[in-house]
Amino acid sequence: MSRITEILATFDDVAAHPRKAIDSFIQETGKGAVGFAYVYGPEEIVHAAGLLPVGMWGAHVPISKARAYLPPFACSIAQSIMELECSGVYDVLSAVVFCTPCDTLKCMSQMWRGKCPSLTFVHPQNRGLEAANIYLAQEYRNLKERLEAIIGQTISDAAITRSIAVYNANRRIMRTFSDIAADHPDIIDPLKRHAVNKARFFMDKARHTALVTELVDELNRLPKAAWKGPRIVLSGIMAEPDGFLDIFKEAGFAVVADDLAQESRQYRHDVPDASGHDDPLYRLAQWWQALDGCSLATDPSKHRGAMLIDMVSRHKADGVVMAQMKFCEPEEFDFPIIYQQLDQAGIPNLMIEVDLEANAFEQIKTRVQTFRDVLA
Amino acid sequence: MTVNIDEMSSREMLQYYQSLLDEKARTHKKEGKPVCWSSSVAPSEIFVAMDIALCYPETHAAGIGAKHGAMDMLEYSEGRGYSNDICSYARINISYMELLKEKARTGITPEILANCPGADIPLPDLVVCTNNICNTLLKWYENLAFELDIPCIVIDVPFNHQMPVEPHRKKYIAAQIEAAIPVLEKVCGRAFDHQKFLEVQKQTRRSVEQWLKIAEMAAYKPSPLNGFDLFNYMALIVCARSTEYAEKTFRKFVAELQEKLDSGKYAFGDNEKMRFVWEGIAVWPHLAHTFKSLKQNGMLLTGSTYPSVWNLQYEPGDLESMGECYSNVYTNTCLDNRAGVLSKVATDAKCDGVVLHQNRSCKLMCFLNNDTASVVQDRTGLPYVMFDGDQTDPRNFSPAQYDTRIQSLFEMAQQNKK
Repeated sequence: MSRITEILATFDDVAAHPRKAIDSFIQETGKGAVGFAYVYGPEEIVHAAGLLPVGMWGAHVPISKARAYLPPFACSIAQSIMELECSGVYDVLSAVVFCTPCDTLKCMSQMWRGKCPSLTFVHPQNRGLEAANIYLAQEYRNLKERLEAIIGQTISDAAITRSIAVYNANRRIMRTFSDIAADHPDIIDPLKRHAVNKARFFMDKARHTALVTELVDELNRLPKAAWKGPRIVLSGIMAEPDGFLDIFKEAGFAVVADDLAQESRQYRHDVPDASGHDDPLYRLAQWWQALDGCSLATDPSKHRGAMLIDMVSRHKADGVVMAQMKFCEPEEFDFPIIYQQLDQAGIPNLMIEVDLEANAFEQIKTRVQTFRDVLA
Repeated sequence: MTVNIDEMSSREMLQYYQSLLDEKARTHKKEGKPVCWSSSVAPSEIFVAMDIALCYPETHAAGIGAKHGAMDMLEYSEGRGYSNDICSYARINISYMELLKEKARTGITPEILANCPGADIPLPDLVVCTNNICNTLLKWYENLAFELDIPCIVIDVPFNHQMPVEPHRKKYIAAQIEAAIPVLEKVCGRAFDHQKFLEVQKQTRRSVEQWLKIAEMAAYKPSPLNGFDLFNYMALIVCARSTEYAEKTFRKFVAELQEKLDSGKYAFGDNEKMRFVWEGIAVWPHLAHTFKSLKQNGMLLTGSTYPSVWNLQYEPGDLESMGECYSNVYTNTCLDNRAGVLSKVATDAKCDGVVLHQNRSCKLMCFLNNDTASVVQDRTGLPYVMFDGDQTDPRNFSPAQYDTRIQSLFEMAQQNKK
């Protein structure tokens, strides 16, 4: 087995078995884990305490218990998180943190059915103001104090500053990986690319960074693939379940870049340098204000469409696939405008509704095959 | 034509002032003065202080729904790529905006617009959005501002997972109101009128006081107030709370209700068999059906949460106090507060049960219905039912299911009384 295969197998294993990864972290370190319900959270605060920040993005599970609490028109991320809450899957966690950038999360953050404490904070949506940074830094301070009370230890500014550096290093190597993966779609197929991204949420960041760095080095030694299949940019909240990406893999597509909340939106920009601000929580607040092109971060200039057009050009993509999370209003509002913009720019695009609970993909398969023919 | 307000009934005043507000917006547009589209609980005070005409897309969409004009608008937006999972108010309003835009571009009134039964309102020169009702508004207003290439003022009020509103949140909201002022000065081409701003704040408070008095009339048993009327009068607390229109109309309505009470003329005559709380937005396209089914059973709506949505009793001149009031709007607060408000409404209005609208358009108002109703039941002992519906998409309501649920509530309440 080559080193590349070994590393990819590790990421596959972590992404497919998060519980195993969390258990082994707890066993190795003697520390706990804290869940971050989708979409964005100040994981660095938890990392600074030596605990494992864990991403909660739902799962491909049948929904039954959650039906008692959520109507069918809640998105499948919420439905499956609720199902996992009711099934005790999150009971291994010391606490969970909910952000509330959409109405579903406002409700979910108050319906917690797990055993550990749940904490909340609210991102500011008026994002151009200095007052918004000051406000969010205070939200993070409150969150940190509540976390400290739960885990029984204080979290110093110096430790958070060190964790920001660890996270920024991970963000940088993930950006590099994303670019290099586009040159090697024969090795990094859509599912493997996703696994490298997903594993970020269940591994210590420094270990993840080390493995991705090694993977990047190995890929750099290889010649670029002579890829004949279509190259696409993926956009949306997330590209799961795996049956979804498997269709693209089987149809010979290469994902050359993404604009997914679960993937590159997490790392396409760094937490800014201190530059006069010693407060690391303020710097984390600045990260949110600098976040561009996300449906959950208010932006009346609707820059996301222009950003996608630029991504297509920079990565020499043939088209854009919008992975539209079913019942996600923020994404549903963005789509008509992006559709117009891509159309005007002459960029072929395909919108597919994504549902984590889905098991039947034949209809999607037909549409993807047709899209491939269009691109050819 | 001379209009004598004093001789009008409150219902006539309601219609008159509504048409006056729309007329003002049209006149402003013709004269090149600014028109703003606003979410229903945004700080109107700063706009009224600058004599900016305000139009309210939520109220406008509700009107189109109530007049059975929703389907054309909904289909138009769906044709432009808007999912039918999106809030139906937003879909109707975005269609209306697109149709007005087309009319402005071509000079021809599109057929759908010509057939639209809603009030004739002009395109905005700016929009303002406060997310105390929901975060859907943020996306909706983003799209309006982008499509029209106009300023979008956001007054963001972070959701309150605990009460009261924390100091750093009040500061953030106040800073946003201050930051909006230069935008208005630029749009209007003149300095902000701080003196008028203060007067408008005082006016708003007076309007709110009268609005709350209407709801108090439902405490009488039998009640002179039919709570469904709040769905109509609400238009003025939304659109005119910062002018004297709302205060005058509500004052008149309270006087009429008092007169009815004094002369023993109750809303349902001697057929008030049960009183209930209605939680959620009305089913506008099926308003008549929802009301008639209840009336047939002698079920009178006396408990409404609408009064608490516009419970804007702040200290005029204090921006943080104003920000706090716009933040602690019922829909922007935690389950515990929501259940507390609902329980108090049910108790004050002497209700026998609770009806909750599982509104397909409003995730925020219905995902917590189950949990909230359970808490209310624990605290008050009142039975509750939920029915599936939608504020303005007529396809998402089943009259038969509604009737069955209402009948069930009636029976449970009767059982409770024994």
